[in-house]
Amino acid sequence: MIVSSVSASGTSLPRRKVDFDCNVFSVIAQIFACGDIFTKLSFLIFGLSNLVRGQIIKGLIFLGTEVAFFVYLFKGFGAFCGVKDLKGLVTLGEVEPIQEKVLDPISGMEVIQTIPGDDSSKFLLYGVVSMLIIAAFILLWKANVKSAYIAQYAVERGKKPVSIFRDITALFDKNLHNTLLFFPLVGILAFTITPLIYMILAAFTNFDKNHNGINATFDWVGLKNFGEVLGRGGTYGTTFWRILGWTIIWAIFATFLCYIGGMLLAMLINRRGLKFKSLWRTVFVMSVAVPQFVTLLTMRTFIEQNGTLDTFLRSLKILGKTETLGLLDTPLNARISVILVNCWVGIPYTMLIMTGILMNIPADLYESAKIDGATKYVMFFKITLPYMIFVTTPHLIQQFIGNINNFNVIYLLTGGGPSLDPTMYQSGSTDLLVTWLYKITLEKSDYCFASAIGICVFIICATLSLITYRRSGSYKNEEEFQ
Amino acid sequence: MRKERSMSETRRMGDILSYATLGIMSILWIFPIIVIILHSFKVENGAYYKNIIPTNWTIDNYTRLLRIGMSDLEKEQAYAQFDKWFLNTLFVAVIVCLISTFFVLAVSYTMSRLRFKMRRTFMNVALILGMFPGFMSMIATYMILKALGLEQTLTALILVYSGGTGLGFYVAKGFFDTIPKAIDEAAWIDGATKFQVFTKITMPLSKPIIVYTVLQSFSGPWMDFIFVNYVMGTKKEKYTVALGLYRMIDTAHIGEYYNQFCAGAVLVSIPLAALFVAMQKYYSEGLSGAVKG
Repeated sequence: MIVSSVSASGTSLPRRKVDFDCNVFSVIAQIFACGDIFTKLSFLIFGLSNLVRGQIIKGLIFLGTEVAFFVYLFKGFGAFCGVKDLKGLVTLGEVEPIQEKVLDPISGMEVIQTIPGDDSSKFLLYGVVSMLIIAAFILLWKANVKSAYIAQYAVERGKKPVSIFRDITALFDKNLHNTLLFFPLVGILAFTITPLIYMILAAFTNFDKNHNGINATFDWVGLKNFGEVLGRGGTYGTTFWRILGWTIIWAIFATFLCYIGGMLLAMLINRRGLKFKSLWRTVFVMSVAVPQFVTLLTMRTFIEQNGTLDTFLRSLKILGKTETLGLLDTPLNARISVILVNCWVGIPYTMLIMTGILMNIPADLYESAKIDGATKYVMFFKITLPYMIFVTTPHLIQQFIGNINNFNVIYLLTGGGPSLDPTMYQSGSTDLLVTWLYKITLEKSDYCFASAIGICVFIICATLSLITYRRSGSYKNEEEFQ
Repeated sequence: MRKERSMSETRRMGDILSYATLGIMSILWIFPIIVIILHSFKVENGAYYKNIIPTNWTIDNYTRLLRIGMSDLEKEQAYAQFDKWFLNTLFVAVIVCLISTFFVLAVSYTMSRLRFKMRRTFMNVALILGMFPGFMSMIATYMILKALGLEQTLTALILVYSGGTGLGFYVAKGFFDTIPKAIDEAAWIDGATKFQVFTKITMPLSKPIIVYTVLQSFSGPWMDFIFVNYVMGTKKEKYTVALGLYRMIDTAHIGEYYNQFCAGAVLVSIPLAALFVAMQKYYSEGLSGAVKG
């Protein structure tokens, strides 16, 4: 990334023959047409044009990186080797592990020894890394070509090409974005993008418990996993659609109950003449401030069978000695309980957000409505509600997507249970798609199916949010306030 | 006259109703928290206790949790190593906080103030990446850490918690967007470089959002138990508090460790609740814009 900045760092030259604002391919074609012999050779030998025209350090950096890249490609650094890794990405390993009986020299008994084969999971990882390195190399090549032409152009105009010091200063001024973005981008590439590409690719293989690279190699299978997950009939298919149904019901209830509850609570606290406003608010903020996993785990010990609540009611003789409220025992009870507990977690949070917005509703709207003789209910339905919905729609969408992916509440409260229905593969009645995905990953190690489900969740969320984000004002009028 | 009186009567009825509703709701919301605090002082072991208020009180749960006054052997044998977990989490949180604050501020400033070719693309990609379920890539991340030889280390946690934080730039970008561009332009005319504008002008104006980002990234490692569970497995001396507490009330341990879980929950919640309240303050200050008038 830094290198690309170096290339574009030419000072403001008079009109060039090559128009750098065109698209990438046309720029490169134009450079090839206008370049002299050194610039043309720079398409193959990095930095040559820079070296010839006196930009020694820059030229050497380009040349050095090219050499390093080809060494990586053909000879390899340690375990990484470009050509080998790319081939591995295609085959995903060919040598199967072999089990054979060997005579143990010490005990004199026959033992089964496994000769490890190719670890497909490593092949896939190294393959992804090699693809990223090649992509980086292509970017570098583009930067090199541009830099070659800029150097040639400076000489043609009778000027000295920019010195390396000017390039470095530009990194803190004109090209500051490259400097600031470099380290964050490395982090994102290494720990977000690489793993994500890996898992997306895994969705097209048969990387499951029977083919995990240790006990057998896995292979590309195309869209088979998606067929299995989305198609009705198979173990995964039946379960997927039922869980999707519940996920959507859950997201609707969880989002709107919290929204309405939070709004009513905010209005109640904001009510004119109500005393101890900040005390009430503090009480509710307290329950948000305690970390979620603590409150949720506490809630579980509260409402589970023979939990604190059961014991308490038994001591009050409301329940018999062995009776239980069974709040998490039947599918319906468990579903209602998780929705209610989610309200408990979510309402104060919404209240906090809503309080700020309520205070921002222009007071003159209410005054003129009052003069016109509007009642409280009319004012609520004609002023407060439309205003709130208008302002909080993006928040609502975000909450909805957040609830589709609400792992904590479900996992900590019920763990997805109760799992009474044997036709539901690896899941219970309160499992959402994400908790199901988690279970398939951890308990069944069917990574390919988990990835396929993850991609489906992504498609649902992406469709929902792209539609709304693109319509929202803050996306369209980004610079309105600058 | 009559109408006015009925108005004031409805008003009083409304008042009574709202106080009653708020009162009942407050009890509902505060009750579990009170119970946790009370149970952290109870003597009898076990999760399921018939009284809300303990009959016998003790602070043993806290001392045992922090392994105060234990011999080395006892320290080894205790399942709850809260003091160690606490230091682990603190260490991870401080370093993650430093790295990710830099990442977030750098990216958000770049996206807000600097104009370059790939800006819109970057922002859209960030939006798209955020829509994948978080732990879908957990397995692959673990493989990368294994390839780097970092499994079961705190370094792994630091890398994972801070690695992708550059994508969470939206709130801070919104803040930087409110600083008038005229200020930057004035500085450029006076000969400042863009880097100088960033460090000498924008940063001093951005205290609320810096504090918000710092608190936000500091509190992250205290909450996660999913990833750390996968990375650390059974190596309990490397646990963080969230995972430790989670493990203390699984079916194998809840009978013996429920009281200590309550004590641990109290100990973790106090600093985190304080952080949250502080964060709220700076968040709303951040939303109200940088330069007034």
